[in-house]
Amino acid sequence: MDRQVHKKISHIDFGVFSPKQIMDLASAKIVTPELYDREGYSVDGGLMDIRLGVIDPGLRCKTCGQKLKECPGHFGYIELARPTIHIKFVRQILDLLKSTCKYCARVLIPENNIKRYLGVFEKVGAEEGFEARRRKIKEVVSKYKLKEKCPHCDKKQEKIKLDKPYNYYETEIRLSPIEVRARLEKIEEEDLAIFGYSKSFRPEWMILTVLQIPPVTMRPSITLESGERSEDDLTHKLGDIVRINQRLFENINAGAPEVIIEDLWDLLQYHVTTFFDNAVSQLPPARHRGGQVLKTLAARIKSKEGRLRHNLAGKRTDFSARTVISPDPFIDLNEVGVPKSMSMNLTVPERVTVWNIEYLKRFVQNGPKKYPGANYIVKPDGKRKSITAETQEEILEELEEGYMVERHLIDGDIALFNRQPSLHRMSMMCHLVKVLPGKTFRLNPAVCNPYNADFDGDEMNLHVPQNEEARAEARILMLVDTQIISPRYGLSVVGCIQDAITGNYLLTKELVLKRSEAIDLLYSCGVDDFSGLPNKEKIDGKEVFSVLLPKDFSYVGKDKSGNDVKIVNGQLKSGYMDKANLGQESGLMLRNVYEKYGPAYTADLLGKISKLGIAVLARRGFSIGISDMDLPLETKNEIKDIIQKSEDEANHFIDNFNSGKLESLPGRSLDETLEVSILGALNRARNKAGDIAMKQVQNSAATTLVRCGARGNPLNIAQMTAIVGQQALRGKRIDHGFTGRTLSYFSKNDLSPKARGFVKNNFKSGLTPSEFFFGAMTGRDALMDTALRTPKSGYLYRRLSNAMQDLKIDYDDTVRDASGKIIQFSYGEDCLDVSKTKNGVIDVTGIIHDVVGGGK
Amino acid sequence: MKADQEKLLNSYAGKIPLSVLEEIKENVPGTISKEKFQEVMDKCLIAYNNAKVHAGECVGLVAAESIGEPGTQMTLNTFHLAGVAEVQVTTGLPRIIEVFDARKGIKTPMMEIFLNKPYCLDVEKLRKFAATIKETKFEEFVSEYNLNIFDQNLTIKLNKELLDDNDLTVKDINGIIKTKVKNFSVSITDEVIVIGLKGKQDEIKDLYALKEKIKEVKVKGIKGLKQVLPVKRGEEYVILTAGTNLKDVLALSEVDSTRTVSNDIYEIYNVLGIEAARQAIIDEVYKVVESQGLNVNIRHVMLVADLMVANGTVKGITRYGVVSEKASVLARASFETPLKHLFNAALEGEVDNLTSVVENVMINQPVPIGTGLPGLVTKMK
Repeated sequence: MDRQVHKKISHIDFGVFSPKQIMDLASAKIVTPELYDREGYSVDGGLMDIRLGVIDPGLRCKTCGQKLKECPGHFGYIELARPTIHIKFVRQILDLLKSTCKYCARVLIPENNIKRYLGVFEKVGAEEGFEARRRKIKEVVSKYKLKEKCPHCDKKQEKIKLDKPYNYYETEIRLSPIEVRARLEKIEEEDLAIFGYSKSFRPEWMILTVLQIPPVTMRPSITLESGERSEDDLTHKLGDIVRINQRLFENINAGAPEVIIEDLWDLLQYHVTTFFDNAVSQLPPARHRGGQVLKTLAARIKSKEGRLRHNLAGKRTDFSARTVISPDPFIDLNEVGVPKSMSMNLTVPERVTVWNIEYLKRFVQNGPKKYPGANYIVKPDGKRKSITAETQEEILEELEEGYMVERHLIDGDIALFNRQPSLHRMSMMCHLVKVLPGKTFRLNPAVCNPYNADFDGDEMNLHVPQNEEARAEARILMLVDTQIISPRYGLSVVGCIQDAITGNYLLTKELVLKRSEAIDLLYSCGVDDFSGLPNKEKIDGKEVFSVLLPKDFSYVGKDKSGNDVKIVNGQLKSGYMDKANLGQESGLMLRNVYEKYGPAYTADLLGKISKLGIAVLARRGFSIGISDMDLPLETKNEIKDIIQKSEDEANHFIDNFNSGKLESLPGRSLDETLEVSILGALNRARNKAGDIAMKQVQNSAATTLVRCGARGNPLNIAQMTAIVGQQALRGKRIDHGFTGRTLSYFSKNDLSPKARGFVKNNFKSGLTPSEFFFGAMTGRDALMDTALRTPKSGYLYRRLSNAMQDLKIDYDDTVRDASGKIIQFSYGEDCLDVSKTKNGVIDVTGIIHDVVGGGK
Repeated sequence: MKADQEKLLNSYAGKIPLSVLEEIKENVPGTISKEKFQEVMDKCLIAYNNAKVHAGECVGLVAAESIGEPGTQMTLNTFHLAGVAEVQVTTGLPRIIEVFDARKGIKTPMMEIFLNKPYCLDVEKLRKFAATIKETKFEEFVSEYNLNIFDQNLTIKLNKELLDDNDLTVKDINGIIKTKVKNFSVSITDEVIVIGLKGKQDEIKDLYALKEKIKEVKVKGIKGLKQVLPVKRGEEYVILTAGTNLKDVLALSEVDSTRTVSNDIYEIYNVLGIEAARQAIIDEVYKVVESQGLNVNIRHVMLVADLMVANGTVKGITRYGVVSEKASVLARASFETPLKHLFNAALEGEVDNLTSVVENVMINQPVPIGTGLPGLVTKMK
């Protein structure tokens, strides 16, 4: 049984340490800047004092008696010779000084108003939250800090100024930290509430008299190869502080002149300040000898690489792997191919019981080097034992109930598969392991879309959950099957791609197979029940496809070109299977199957359909070539004519413009009118030419790809066969820039189409140098756009997810945030989960159709 | 629809959301028998109950993902011509960021003014009306300025033709100028305005400053409407404007105040209130999402909008807005400006009750969301 005791942290209190608390908490008082003695042992009372924790193997901590990695470290303290100001509280100290009386230390608010404001703060805090309360406090404080007379003792107040970073001046006289501290000490507890401070807080604590020394475990030293020790930045900084502090002590005791003491005091203040924050804008940052800036406390917490975001909000895991991915259409949709070598390092702990002891012994027998084996066993007391040739026999002997065996990954194990950037929850899904030879992860091409993966060198990560709870959660909530429907729009995110679409399209459109061929095809995609095939020699492709469909499935929809697709009782009656039905992000066919037959069936069906398409293509053969783009001579001439005409039209506009005959369009200037007219004429020509060309290449393989949605669009074809068209930069023709022309090849202020990025050639015939250059310009623009967009959208996403991460549905169907505040009374106004709807709605017409029947 | 069917339909109110009931009402054939109709209703109820969200579902994160993920696919093209020859509007990612930031003073303020009959059908009337609301400044009517150093006066020549075009007389101008120009002597004779110095102390540079000031004086129209453009929308005509002034436009009797909108969220909040601002956020974001050809369910956008207006004021998704309202110190600190949050928490003695997600990730505890929410109680023997 599990012997762990689960403790739960219920809350975390924040507060400021008092000098007394710092001293009580400390296990050592630091008095000397030396770190190690001549033998290399830490000096007592030095910064690496062994009472502050251990960082060397073999040593034991003097405070808690634990060894390295067990001892959490202990705080120490130093007594500062003179008080110093904590840089992070400078603003608060200034506010306190400004708004309290110099003489009686009361806050400069009349007695009766204090009570009123406290009431107001409480009310604002309760109604609008603490941030509003904080703002209100700020407002009140700044309103009263300019008062010239104390309302309590009627004495005149002086002006207090802050000379950044940490010097306070009253009129022109500097207030030393001692004086500041004295004033803060006098402030009464009741008055502190006006500033919103906690009851257990005293303002004089913001002026340091003792400094807490962090444990050595958070500033470990590294031993270099030469045996030399290299200390952490914090230790360096603390060394400076201790050194100056000692000097200051000595000078004070020796009765040194005031100037020297002042100077040292200032230096101490500088070091203490940079210890907390080395990026104070008015101070030069403390540096290493080499000139490198020291990384002190503030820098450790801050920013993306800081403790909070790097180590606390994000963590690293064991039992994970990363490698290149490659496609394998022959594994199931919810499987992932794991290289054998990896599966021998990634292990799954399995507990020994009476029922599986023999089974687990087989793994132990194989040992770590033979697959499937085991690498470790864990005894009930938590001790781990490595399985080696020597220990193997012994372990086999002692293996009994309650032991754990960390066995190699085997087929059917559960793993999480992930590709960065993890933009949505489908970026990390649960797959079943399939151990395969080779060195890459294999995945079914149909799940590329949710991961946004391709195989041009993409790498992906694999994580192996280590306990039953995690595995159950992964399998039930994260399995690929359960993620087929996107929570973004309620349609399927996985679907056939490329070859699979083309294959099914051709199959359902034009293929007629021999019975033997049909059986071969179906068997190759995992079907072994051929009773669905009609009993005849020649079998239509649609009938082959129908074998995969469930017998009671009916569906009416549209294919990509708008024709009806009809499935009646598991028979595809009309229409072709193309992207609109099989692809991702479209069509309700997969969505309907999912609803009626469940996730596992859908995943299985999709896998079979995808395999069928690929098998069809493999047997039939399919290729595209440059001849797909051939046009008959008369078509070529026709296109040439169209382009010529449009150019003439454009030139006509330019002539009119130059002679002032052009009439401007409403709301547009003359220049704009010209541009719009020319652009319109040229685009019309491109579309017309494209249409003509498309008609001519109707039956080519490339057009088949476009038509079934496997790859490309009509524009691509038009650009290859007919004309590339106008290159647009920011919605306009390419501008002439600073020199009055786009390229030095043209004359200045040339407005003609060819000088402004009109490419009248096509990709097959080839582009002229200037045309090629225009193409490069738009290409560059597109590249820039992507490069600029990624960080912007990334930041938006981060903000959104940070703001919304703790909104959840409560048991009363309301949406609430972490503090229980209601955000929505019912989610989305109707409590519908998008991933359970069809494209965001309940399919009412479908239900009515079901009940009433087709006769509508 | 027959009375008994209506009755049956209404008996499902409260169990099935109204939108679904409406759809049933529209799509069910009139000839349907009572039994079949009952079956339809039952099936719809089952379908609805199956599609309901589960308690604990982290809908916030799903919404953030659903908007954040397509954000990477949006174009950055700042400007977009909304239609044929219309006003320039910010679209794409920059617009979404603008709305979620809840910025005051947006890049391209714009209004879509719907009009009452007969203005919305008659182009001529509409044109005339549009011309009256466009903000026209004094400088547009000036054909010549003349700063006479010798006479110490400023002579402004008006363009009579333009004045006539706009149905203005010199007298109107005179009235406007007189109210705006003080401490100077003003005399107007037929197209020419002469402004002279009054006091002895004044200098010629004051006249120069006045000239610059007077250029900006509004002569007619509604303040802020820099450009007006009548556009046909379906059957009727609407006016698109660059620049907004919702308050003044809605007050006009020609304007259909139920449909006229501005794209400035803050302005809508100030003029029409928080509910309208919420709707405006949803509309504006959804407009962009649709124009980019992306499919994002409106529920996600609604949730973001509701979060932004939950306090009764419009709060942006920024460190000063929504995030600063979070109860948890660590959650705020893990977003931006961690030190500020930690020090404030220390001074005020804040307590983090670890009720949201990040804090629990930080201290390695199950997060109180989804499957981390329910506890299991077993009877001990």
